[in-house]
Amino acid sequence: MKYCKDFIVVKNETITPTLYILRLQYPETLPEIKPGQFVEILVEGEKDVFLRRPISIHDVDKENNQIALLVQVVGKGTSQLSKLKEGDKLNLIFPLGNGFTVMGKRVLLVGGGCGAAPLLYLLRVLKQQNIKSDILIGCKDINHLFSKKEYQELSNLHVTTEDGSFGEKGFVTAHPILNEDFDVIYCCGPTPMMKAISQYAKQRNIPCYVSLEHKMACGIGVCLCCVAETNQGNKRTCVTGPIFLTSDLKDF
Amino acid sequence: MNTSKQLEVQIKDMVLKNPVMTASGTFGYGYDFEDFINLDSLGGIVVKATTIKERMGNPYPRMAETPSGMLNTVGLQNKGVDYFCDNIYQKIKDKNTNVVVNVSGSTLEEYVEVASKINTLENIPAIELNVSCPNVKEGGMAFGTNKDMTFKVVSAVRKAYDKTLIVKLSPNVTNIVEIAKAAEDAGADSLSMINTLLGMAVDSEKRQPLLSTITGGLSGAAVKPVALRCVWQVAKQTKLPIIGIGGIMNAQDAIEFILVGATAIEVGTANFINPSITEEIVKGMEDYLQRHNIKHISEIRGVI
Repeated sequence: MKYCKDFIVVKNETITPTLYILRLQYPETLPEIKPGQFVEILVEGEKDVFLRRPISIHDVDKENNQIALLVQVVGKGTSQLSKLKEGDKLNLIFPLGNGFTVMGKRVLLVGGGCGAAPLLYLLRVLKQQNIKSDILIGCKDINHLFSKKEYQELSNLHVTTEDGSFGEKGFVTAHPILNEDFDVIYCCGPTPMMKAISQYAKQRNIPCYVSLEHKMACGIGVCLCCVAETNQGNKRTCVTGPIFLTSDLKDF
Repeated sequence: MNTSKQLEVQIKDMVLKNPVMTASGTFGYGYDFEDFINLDSLGGIVVKATTIKERMGNPYPRMAETPSGMLNTVGLQNKGVDYFCDNIYQKIKDKNTNVVVNVSGSTLEEYVEVASKINTLENIPAIELNVSCPNVKEGGMAFGTNKDMTFKVVSAVRKAYDKTLIVKLSPNVTNIVEIAKAAEDAGADSLSMINTLLGMAVDSEKRQPLLSTITGGLSGAAVKPVALRCVWQVAKQTKLPIIGIGGIMNAQDAIEFILVGATAIEVGTANFINPSITEEIVKGMEDYLQRHNIKHISEIRGVI
């Protein structure tokens, strides 16, 4: 079941001048949300924004019926979202997409930049199911490392930064954690990073799930704009995805 | 629910409880919207374009947002008419609304073949002949931008299809009235207009087009003035009932189309922004009639 409802902004936390975490209150009991699912946000007050903006769900607080969204400012729509204040209303269609398939006994999560957004809620669900996890985050510098405390509480955090300001200097693909054994890899981030991790997983015969960020209009499976090329033909990223097993994707 | 018949309209033999329909390619097969609205509250739904064989559609990227609108180049992705008849039809045939199938093809024969197959489906009261898709290499818009081709394809389908035949027109023509008249002369029962406007979007930083096929179809609020003009011109020159399409975002927009001569309307891109917009438009049209003390929607049809 999908819903189209208003949330209330309870907090808009600035991580960097272009990165924000929006905490939103749902006025009713939140429906079941799977990690890796996303919302379509109606952006108001910006005349150049016509369509909703798809944003992945960063975290879910079931007890308080709140969700958190990570917003990176990339254009006018996300810029408008970054200006939201406590008490503002926000209309969302949610929860959308398939979500991650939670499996395995020991798993690795790999996130790059703001693309790591859906991994926090995934960690919560993995923890509930007593699945051991390691999370490897690659980011520009220490200022771009969000939700660090939560990652540390829920998992073993490994970090690479481009400038070496935290963790190992360099990219995630060179991190030693990749040499350990895992049953499954969950990866979200820039496409070149996901492709590199997917190649590594393929060599080691580990199933690898990625979250695709394709341009979409409706988010509910009717416009057919967001398709990904799979071994079974063009599939809608908003319904069949955004989470795909890389062995099903062409180009991966 | 309002049970009065003040919004009831008729397109040939197809009776609509209200003029609000959904535009092909923006509403799937209807059931994707059942979390948000009651399909039975709509006058009709027009399902995704159906072709003789399965079509994979065009490569990604297929969409670009533009000022007050969007461009798409989906390219008629669908599983083909047999899959529709055997699988999808079962899921939608018992809805208490008019389910109209949008029919497309690359050749005249393909249009006829698809129409013949749909003709056998008892609960499909009408087809919308898509001679106006701008996103396919063969057929599509090529038929709807030439009056002789329009006449030929509509005549051929008319012989194979005996229920309500709607022809969807392209705005990408010099003289839309000429095309409309060709469809009327060939035996069309109704005209729906407009399909998308051929457009283009460019990424100046990457120095590349934003769509995989370079050009695509423009829809959304931006196209409404063009659509109103087309409906107004054609309504004055043909006797056929017209279904107005193009940038309808709310009830006021829908009323504007009725005022320039449309009998019914289709809501398209607005479904992406507000999945319950169609129900809201029905209510808004009821409110309009009440506010202006109008007994039936037909009283204001074509007054401009």
